[in-house]
Amino acid sequence: MRVYEVLFIVAPNVEESDVDNLVTQLSDVATNQGAQIAKIDRMGRRRLAYPIGKFNDGYYVVFTLEGTGAEIAELERRMRVTDAVIRYITIRIDEDLKRAEKFRVRRVARAAASAGSRRSRRREPALPISDEVDEGDEEEDEI
Amino acid sequence: MSSEPRDRDRRDDRRDDRGGRQGGGQGGGRRFIRARKSCRFCADKVDYIDYKDGRLLGSYIPERGKILPRRISGTCAPHQRMLATAIKRARNCAILPFTLD
Repeated sequence: MRVYEVLFIVAPNVEESDVDNLVTQLSDVATNQGAQIAKIDRMGRRRLAYPIGKFNDGYYVVFTLEGTGAEIAELERRMRVTDAVIRYITIRIDEDLKRAEKFRVRRVARAAASAGSRRSRRREPALPISDEVDEGDEEEDEI
Repeated sequence: MSSEPRDRDRRDDRRDDRGGRQGGGQGGGRRFIRARKSCRFCADKVDYIDYKDGRLLGSYIPERGKILPRRISGTCAPHQRMLATAIKRARNCAILPFTLD
């Protein structure tokens, strides 16, 4: 399963209650297609950084959902034909979150290692080079 | 872990020197010692840069609306990549402008 973040902007001339209807309607579309909606975040009315169509502000809504990708296609199709939605963007975040988690774990492990056995780590490179030298020699991207 | 960031900084300094020398000609130019820049995201231990955080991203776009280069901000390479992606996403949904003037 993949985790997606679907952000869309509703036109400012839409009534507040209609925004609510639209949000439930779109989330129903997603759940009917088999997605799990983890979170619905209404960021509220914000100024747009540049005009979209003839609007200068919009109502931002973010869905965080888990699914296979098929429901994203349907959701995007629905948003495309809905005039009240002036912009949408879908981002797949599971890989980014996994990466972030990996870095977090590594940082915690490193902190524990440097606090615990700084001396033993320094002694390690002095060992004679053997077959097992590339053990634990993972990619070293700093974060 | 300890040697990596220093190498990166040294590379940055060299680039700054070259810029300075162009104007001053050979020899006589005074060397500028600049404060070492450091990655703010590393200092804050940020693992994921959210594209919806307009205020954070806004501090990395100077007046033209371009992405602030690494050599100015001192951001490390992995974080600069994340930052660039986040800024591009934010531009797409009108959180950040494409251009400013």
